[in-house]
Amino acid sequence: MQSKVYVAVVVRYSPEGELKPLSVQWEDGRSFSIDRILDVRRAASIKAGGAGIRYTVRIGRHETYLFLEEDRWFVQRR
Amino acid sequence: MGERTVLHVDMNNFYASVECLHDPSLRGKPVAVGGRAEERHGIILAKNNEAKAYGIQTGEALWQARKKCAQLVVVPPHYDQYIRFSRIARAIYSEYTDRIEPFGLDEAWLDISGSRTAQAGGRTVADEIRRRIRDEMGLTASVGVSFNKVFAKLGSDMKKPDATTVLSRDTYRQRAWPLPAEALLCVGTATCRKLHSRGIYTIGQLAATDPRLLQSWFGKWGLSLYCFANGLDTSPVRPVGQEAAVKSVGNSSTTPRDLRNERDAGVTFAALAESVAARLREYGLKGTTVQISLRDDTLAGFERQMKLQVPTYLSGELFEAAMRLLRRHYDWSRPLRSVGLRACGLVPWDTPVQLSFLGGEERRQREERLEQAVDGLRRRFGQRVIRKGTLYEDKLLGQLNPKEDHIIHPVSFFS
Repeated sequence: MQSKVYVAVVVRYSPEGELKPLSVQWEDGRSFSIDRILDVRRAASIKAGGAGIRYTVRIGRHETYLFLEEDRWFVQRR
Repeated sequence: MGERTVLHVDMNNFYASVECLHDPSLRGKPVAVGGRAEERHGIILAKNNEAKAYGIQTGEALWQARKKCAQLVVVPPHYDQYIRFSRIARAIYSEYTDRIEPFGLDEAWLDISGSRTAQAGGRTVADEIRRRIRDEMGLTASVGVSFNKVFAKLGSDMKKPDATTVLSRDTYRQRAWPLPAEALLCVGTATCRKLHSRGIYTIGQLAATDPRLLQSWFGKWGLSLYCFANGLDTSPVRPVGQEAAVKSVGNSSTTPRDLRNERDAGVTFAALAESVAARLREYGLKGTTVQISLRDDTLAGFERQMKLQVPTYLSGELFEAAMRLLRRHYDWSRPLRSVGLRACGLVPWDTPVQLSFLGGEERRQREERLEQAVDGLRRRFGQRVIRKGTLYEDKLLGQLNPKEDHIIHPVSFFS
């Protein structure tokens, strides 16, 4: 099974051009708001297959990675 | 001048590694990146270590490679990804120095002498860059560290993948001199054959040869060889701006069938011109010179070039120039097997130009807008969504899709 899943993300841009992901919509349609961004860095995802800016985010009690690859977002399927 | 610290970073099996990163199902299998077989330029452009183990070589035909390894997975190249990853690597390098000289998409020299990071030592910086390429890009790199560019490059070739090799003043005799002469940068097959015929097989033997003798065999080039082998290369790492990283943008194509007349060549040049123009626009560049290369069916070839009155990234203008050069310099005594089109003398697209008094500027601007609109359509719907009518004049020749097939990223050590 493909472990790279492109997802829809709601993003807010600050006047300075900084972007902040606010919520993620999973492939099954469910939406989750992002409670906190814990870390932002450039990283590869060997598992999903790709590289980009990696956001470590907290959604409820879960921590997960959200990757920005050029102009698309993906997550790693567990 | 103090001692220099030069790094040469070589991302291992770059094209194949980028493909394997993006498709986890490829990992562990013998993988090659190749052109399409049915259009006659089916050759191996790159391969991973698993494919290398079967003796598969870059440049050989797909059918030859398949003979060596039946289960070889061949994937088409994705140049947009290679360019993207090259750019990410460059962003990493630029955190250590601004003296970066790219050598193709996958290699670069970094001069870190005198920089804040140099105090940490070449090896430390090299290891850190390797770690970052692994973590941030999911690729591996080999890095050579030395006091000149030639030995740095040699070092990056010595241990692969994912390794740092230091050739210092104290160790280069011991480590570099036993290596074969052809391991040295710019020693190709012809030079190598000549050296062998004179009993010179290793870099050490080359270093010990009288430079006057080398000069009598190779001319000025012989002196360069002598300097390279003795660690006397002083060529600087040329800090290259992002836009100058591309020195020329060109496409060439071995056509699906031989070209017999101007009309045939026209169809091919139209396809090439579109691709070159689109890539110029992608890079935000214009060309001031157009160069064509022609190769007939005996594989004899030559190049001709002309300067343009105004820099351009318009396919129509590139095409006109190419056809003018062709008419002026080729008499069709033999059919052509491959043709190339290249834009050089690159300048940023917004370089001010002297507008022509004779007008035509309005038409140019209209055409620029038109071609940009075509770029937009292709980005959204694919290369083939909109095509020039010319390309339908000959079905076989018109099916070339050079932008996706063959990109040449030429860089020259000496230029």
